[in-house]
Amino acid sequence: MKHVLKLISLLVVISALWIGLLQASVIPQSHTWLLPIYFIVSLGCYGLLMVGVGLMRFPTCPQEALLLQKDIAEAKDFLKQKGVDVGSD
Amino acid sequence: MDAAKNKYSIIVPTYNERLNIALIVYLIFKHLRDVDFEIIVVDDGSPDGTQEVVKKLQTLYGEDRILLRPRPKKLGLGTAYIHGLKHASGNFVVIMDADLSHHPKYLPSFIKKQLETGASIVSGTRYVKGGGVHGWNLIRKLTSRGANVLAQTLLWPGVSDLTGSFRLYQKSVLEDVISSCVSKGYVFQMEMIVRASRKGYHIEEVPITFVDRVFGSSKLGGSEIVEYLKGLVYLLMTT
Repeated sequence: MKHVLKLISLLVVISALWIGLLQASVIPQSHTWLLPIYFIVSLGCYGLLMVGVGLMRFPTCPQEALLLQKDIAEAKDFLKQKGVDVGSD
Repeated sequence: MDAAKNKYSIIVPTYNERLNIALIVYLIFKHLRDVDFEIIVVDDGSPDGTQEVVKKLQTLYGEDRILLRPRPKKLGLGTAYIHGLKHASGNFVVIMDADLSHHPKYLPSFIKKQLETGASIVSGTRYVKGGGVHGWNLIRKLTSRGANVLAQTLLWPGVSDLTGSFRLYQKSVLEDVISSCVSKGYVFQMEMIVRASRKGYHIEEVPITFVDRVFGSSKLGGSEIVEYLKGLVYLLMTT
């Protein structure tokens, strides 16, 4: 099944639940009508939260740049010895 | 799977990497001492003499260890992999970038992970603990994180790093997945891993560090973002 169909069926189930709630009047109608808006807003907030948290915890590796420079120097030495042209680009 | 009988074909597409290709070959040999492997350099007609350097490396390391399989001009990444695959004699294939943003020191961890888990694909991820990125400013990190959250929400891909291109594949799996992919650029990398996930292939991840070597180049203009969104919608509809 294509992924978009999975998402659509999920949406259909949620919509069915919402319509069920509307019919059953377990919650006051005025609230029930607003549920889709709450849902979308919560989804948006969750997304922003995930972006923010991810940004704060974004893994960085400054030491890797130094290690890389060391590796490059080591490689250049070896290759120079063996006659491979390692002129700068 | 008998570990002793595994051979790893490392496909490295190049364009104007005269210096980096020599460095990366040295580092691969340094970190894969007891492994049976070959390096397949797919050069797209570099004008800077990349192929001459590769030929020199061949006399140094052996033509059976370094294969030069060039193409006449820039023909795209996907076709470069397909071209490299045709000449691969290993039962595993590694794809990696030539500019040293992917460090060969992680190759043993890819191999180990695959042997431990029997995975069909081992994907390098920059976004978990133990991995990381260097050389990105705040805006770049923000767009990367935003793009990732959007892709995770829409696609449920099963991997943490969708656009990464440092991966180990079982050769038959790569052949299967690549034949059904049509995108270009980094969307191609996303399409590969998403299609593999949809097909039910066992995918594992290992942390890698990524040192961005393309300083100062703005890869994230408005058109890049539009391309990315179009790619997401395409993947949403067709996978």
